[in-house]
Amino acid sequence: MSGTTHGHADAPHAPVFTGNVRARLEALFPQYPTKQACLLPALWMVQEERGWISEPAMAEVAEVLGLTPAYVKGVVTFYTMYHTHPVGRHFIQICTTSPCNLCGAEAVMAALLRETGCVELGATSPDGRFTVAEVECLGACGFATPIMINDDFIESVTPERVAGILQGYK
Amino acid sequence: MGYPHPTHPKETPVLSKHFGDAGARTFDGWVQRGGYAALRKALGMTPEAIIEEVKGSGLRGRGGAGFPTGLKWSFMPKGDGKPHYLVCNADESEPGTFKDREIMRWTPHQLIEGCAIAAYAIGAERCYIYIRGEFTEPLRVMTAAVAEAYAQGALGADVFGSGKRLDIVIHRGAGAYICGEETAMMNSIEGRRGNPRIKPPFPAQAGLFAMPTTINNVETLASVPHILNRGGAWYKGLCLSNPKSTGTKLISVCGHVQRPGNYEITMGTSMKELLFDMCGGMKPGRTLKAVIPGGSSVPIMTAAETETCLLDYEGVVACGSMLGSAGMIVMDDSTDMVYQIWRLARFYAHESCAQCTQCREGTAWTTKILERILAGKGKQSDLDLLLSLSENMTGKTICVLSDSCAAPIVSGIQKFRPEFDAYLSGARQPALAMA
Amino acid sequence: MTERVSVTIDGAQVSVPKGTSIIEAAKQAGVLIPHYCYHPSLPSPAVCRMCLVEVEKAPKLMPACVTTVTDGQVVHTNSLPAKQAREGVLEFLLANHPLDCPICDQAGECELQDYTFQEGRAAGRHDDYPKRYNPVEDFGPDVLYVPNRCILCTRCVRFMDDVAEDGVLCVSERGDRATIGIFPDRELDHPWAGNVVDLCPVGSLISKDFLHKARAWDLDRTASVCPGCTQGCNITIDTRDNTVVRLRPRANLEVNRHFMCDEGRMHYRWMNRGDRLESPSVLEGDQRRAVGWDTALERLGQMVRGGAGTAVVLASGRASLESLGWLSRLLGRYQVTAAVQVPMGDEAPLAGVPGLALRAERAPNLQGARVLGYDAPWASALAAAGKASLVVLLDVSLTEAEAAGLAGAGNVVVLGTVESGAGARAGLVLPVTTMAEEHGTWMNCDGRVQRYQQAKAPPGMAQPAWWVAAGAMATIDASADTPGSAAEAFAALGAHWPALAGLSYQDLGLSGRIAMPAMAEAAR
Repeated sequence: MSGTTHGHADAPHAPVFTGNVRARLEALFPQYPTKQACLLPALWMVQEERGWISEPAMAEVAEVLGLTPAYVKGVVTFYTMYHTHPVGRHFIQICTTSPCNLCGAEAVMAALLRETGCVELGATSPDGRFTVAEVECLGACGFATPIMINDDFIESVTPERVAGILQGYK
Repeated sequence: MGYPHPTHPKETPVLSKHFGDAGARTFDGWVQRGGYAALRKALGMTPEAIIEEVKGSGLRGRGGAGFPTGLKWSFMPKGDGKPHYLVCNADESEPGTFKDREIMRWTPHQLIEGCAIAAYAIGAERCYIYIRGEFTEPLRVMTAAVAEAYAQGALGADVFGSGKRLDIVIHRGAGAYICGEETAMMNSIEGRRGNPRIKPPFPAQAGLFAMPTTINNVETLASVPHILNRGGAWYKGLCLSNPKSTGTKLISVCGHVQRPGNYEITMGTSMKELLFDMCGGMKPGRTLKAVIPGGSSVPIMTAAETETCLLDYEGVVACGSMLGSAGMIVMDDSTDMVYQIWRLARFYAHESCAQCTQCREGTAWTTKILERILAGKGKQSDLDLLLSLSENMTGKTICVLSDSCAAPIVSGIQKFRPEFDAYLSGARQPALAMA
Repeated sequence: MTERVSVTIDGAQVSVPKGTSIIEAAKQAGVLIPHYCYHPSLPSPAVCRMCLVEVEKAPKLMPACVTTVTDGQVVHTNSLPAKQAREGVLEFLLANHPLDCPICDQAGECELQDYTFQEGRAAGRHDDYPKRYNPVEDFGPDVLYVPNRCILCTRCVRFMDDVAEDGVLCVSERGDRATIGIFPDRELDHPWAGNVVDLCPVGSLISKDFLHKARAWDLDRTASVCPGCTQGCNITIDTRDNTVVRLRPRANLEVNRHFMCDEGRMHYRWMNRGDRLESPSVLEGDQRRAVGWDTALERLGQMVRGGAGTAVVLASGRASLESLGWLSRLLGRYQVTAAVQVPMGDEAPLAGVPGLALRAERAPNLQGARVLGYDAPWASALAAAGKASLVVLLDVSLTEAEAAGLAGAGNVVVLGTVESGAGARAGLVLPVTTMAEEHGTWMNCDGRVQRYQQAKAPPGMAQPAWWVAAGAMATIDASADTPGSAAEAFAALGAHWPALAGLSYQDLGLSGRIAMPAMAEAAR
């Protein structure tokens, strides 16, 4: 699922787990002996629907799964892929751990910041289109430098390819 | 190999035979390529017989620990009446390692078949495949393949009419290297923070949901159908050096080589042959400086140490490092060793779960010291400090992330001290600006 | 018969039940293994790594809190590797922990200070690397969280999750960015949440009530019992310059383990009231005249000896067994209707400790009073007082209406700590001590008799009520035994009330003794 919605932090929380989304979550319950084990999948569903996981959303997940909101918060903040604030429409992850670092990842990172207009890592571009995050090893070291844009995994990125790649993400 | 370069003649393609072959992804395609015969065969054997076959093969855990697989399976209790679980560790986050991704995205049914046989052997009716959150393609491919397998009767309430049940659930991770540690993975599946657990209890006694559990790596499980098809003796015979290291291993070669990629070699193959023959050697005008052979959590090897190194568990230990996950990071003479060691320390600092004092504080502190050195503000005493902190970080924590951070630091200072000195003395210009 | 194993710790051999952890076995050997995250009332995660000890034949140092002893095991807690490991942990903890001691409430009772002084490095090597910084958070109502000082031992999270069963805390983030988190709009308002402040080994979770009030080394600490309700949690009263500044729980595995509720914890200010009755006084006409104790006791003896028929005693639920017992004996010649005042409130159990709760009956000696015959309903006793020959008020305050109801009584005697509202009608007003100013005993809801001790000096001429009663008895019968101490006063009760027979202060010690086994059984 590509693209993220640019949620507003102070709008009232509309429940995520209704209708179809609720059905998808409930279809998971038989696959685990506890509802708690559905937490990571449930959080992915929230992020797919809303683009990020707000505190009211955490409270909703907690209620649906019979957990406390603080517990859900503890889990959400542990895993780096869950966004706890809105991000750009297209979320870019670039690996700069040593194997990619050896192959010029930092130059790719600089090119990404330049081409997206993001002033720094983690910040969203002024037009709301992109956020660039520096991440750890993406598990494609032989295809340096890999980047992810939303759910698209793009291998062997070089600074020269960056502008062209970004064209495809409006 | 097979992708993106064709298989090299010196490889032993077993697991990687169909990398790059899109036709291998489907159930029918896999059957055409000999798939699911092993599962059918296994269903006609007793679990004990399967475990014996795997024991006899000498297969050892391919995720990094190298623990004998058949032995691990035999730890599962028999006739205890509790639900057993198999967990397939597809979290692959060790820097330098990228083999499991290939197995999943090219040959998903190879893995499914391996999981099915393993689950049957350990008395498990459910297998969770924990795939790291960033592996969107493997997630897609594996999800489709699992659905196909159900449709074709290879999974479900009555696998191939045997009366045996097997369910596979794909569980998506969310960005945490530490979840590759087997007990942290179980916590993550249970919907908790990915904190490693203290052992005992061991997973085979009380693991996932407090039930007997076996956790195996993707490559380990993918090897199982081949062992069943061709016999444990065949697998054991794939051995060029130490008889305790048998079979094939996917080596993920990355960094400064001509042809990075996954190479499947027979255990005991020479590292030199791998790097200079199969991978095409160094880039033009470059010489080899260092290799981290096992994923980043093992000691760094100098070029000299790689000269006679044979690629199996004992062989790499004999040369001062470990085979680990065989994520081989190759560094040529253009490499700033201090910079790369800092970047690795930073990796561990990001990934520490925060439970143990030494890891939580030590990974961050050593990163800061290395940063200062790179910024030209280090002191001579910093090296002794790094060694002292590394010693305090080793052998004292719930899991070995802390030790893994210390390994490149200690081996780096021991073997590349002049590079550190160059920063300390100012002979080398700072590589970082201090904030 | 539990199987026992034998283990040698630092040269001392001990025999412990199978399944005991090394850290607990060590206590029996007289060895305290330094630790942070371990706590005997919490599940053990072994994360602080402070308790790593050397175990012969084990390849690595083992965490003593989760390693069970095996027969014949030999453990060294102070060998060089173990000491080095602890020194390492301390240095790592101090890497980000700020040197806040001069402004931190925990100073003087801080386990990080203590162990660092004992076996940390003389100087840290963290130099001037910037330390992690996070602003102070108000976890409310009484708890502040100072993230910079937090050592991530997670005792607070485990307490709230597993003992209070109110999971409002979590660990947030990862690595050295980790802190304790609370969900927005939630507070630490569980009735037992204040315990996290005690559990915190450092000054990271602190009490707003105690903030900057006193330095630990200025405090005098007295073992006592909580006066809040009939549970009888064991506490420590901390005083500074004769003022009670804090109550903290004291360990008693049979009663309250290591905990006390916030209601009990926060209600101590009454112990510091300045508006106290300070001297005995007699009513002459409508004037009160201060007198000395000799005159007062003489007068009281006359009143008692001169009367007959019915007497009513209205006593505080905080009155001690000694006071209630001796008062009862003083009134032996009367038909006595005796009642204790029991304010009621909401019950609040601590889910993870069966049998432990803030009890609805907010009277610490309710059971003791009943055993001693103070079992009349309050309302009937009040009604009877209006027609009684002698009414004795023991540390109770009456409303205007209630006091007016005493108009028809014969003699009214007030043994009080503060104005009772009945002073206008009381022939005698005698100042007595509060539980903080005397030694005494109470019986809790489980039938356990527990001692409390004197934590501060009484005001003016105030005396324990048992002393007043015994003194008055002596004026009636010069040969009567007058107890010279609370211990003697207690010991004398057994002759009159079988439940207390044969008990002495020595028997009770500091953790009490079940005097009514049937009551304890019923409570279970």
